[in-house]
Amino acid sequence: MAMKDVPDNIFMTSLDAAASWARSNSLWPMPFATACCGIELMATASSRFDLARFGAEVMRFSPRQCDLMIVAGRVVMKMLPVLQRIWLQMPEPKWCISMGACACTGGVFDTYAVVQGVDRFIPVDLYVPGCPPRPEQLMAGIIALQDKIRHGGTLNGTEFAKRTQPMGPTPYDLDELIRIREANEQLVLLN
Amino acid sequence: MSTEDALNTKFPNAGLAFSQFRDNRRIVIAAESLQLLLAFMKHDLGFDMLAEITAIDYLEYEGATDRFGVVYVVLNTKTGERRIVKTFVNDPDPVLPSMYALWKSADWLEREVYDMFGIKFSGHPDLRRILTPEEFSAYPLRKDYPLKGRGERHNFPVITRADS
Repeated sequence: MAMKDVPDNIFMTSLDAAASWARSNSLWPMPFATACCGIELMATASSRFDLARFGAEVMRFSPRQCDLMIVAGRVVMKMLPVLQRIWLQMPEPKWCISMGACACTGGVFDTYAVVQGVDRFIPVDLYVPGCPPRPEQLMAGIIALQDKIRHGGTLNGTEFAKRTQPMGPTPYDLDELIRIREANEQLVLLN
Repeated sequence: MSTEDALNTKFPNAGLAFSQFRDNRRIVIAAESLQLLLAFMKHDLGFDMLAEITAIDYLEYEGATDRFGVVYVVLNTKTGERRIVKTFVNDPDPVLPSMYALWKSADWLEREVYDMFGIKFSGHPDLRRILTPEEFSAYPLRKDYPLKGRGERHNFPVITRADS
């Protein structure tokens, strides 16, 4: 069939591109909001900033109905198993945004109880910096994620299977080892 | 008769020490007499509310002779009087009597002190950790516990994108 025979309302594309286009424009976020970043996340969804313009306004509080997890706020060690469980409960295909300094790196909370970046334990697609990031910044992040989905998304999600390495730093990076050694030296001094 | 006078009359040999900072009136007492003193304050002096229990670790503190200070804040809801009762316990086995029988609010407050400092409360009905996870083994507010922990915050399985 020659191109001139194709009617006006028919277009040709690859199935991957069509599926990615549909997915990128109907992201349903799961708001994992634990701190002040959650307030900015709510503002992003509200009428002033209106996340609905980008097809991502349907906040669902059940992980089974979501395909975009937005980790907004610090995650403590008691919360991390919950976060991982919610992540595993989300159906494929799914993406994850780590929003704000605390979710990305632990932020100023460098203490025994706060996880130093969720990317150490769950896969993260996109980091939004800021403390907390403004709604515009989160929206820029979501648009960037849409771009990422459109350029490289596949119908059956084979691009995910290649990501076998953890995203974040290894649990005991050099800094961490130095800190542990210092802590032990202090202990020896005390006892 | 003021609360201080009443306590001095009732416990002449308990070695009570009174002090005041602005409107905070404080009573220091040995751990052995603590239960009697608090029971007397509740039943006879009308301190019907236990507002707070907390502790201080005096490890390496200048001039300190005891390891832990435990602080009880009691309130008389009729007169609005408040007293801060302080006592001391020491390693290796810091134990105090539980105040659960006097004030039910001691339940979670004592659990919190146990969780953070490892001070046990004998007679507590359910002395478990309250804030940190159950499998946590340290007492994080002790001064010999490092601020950044001993790696507990990294002790989780790593989920990669391929296996989730």
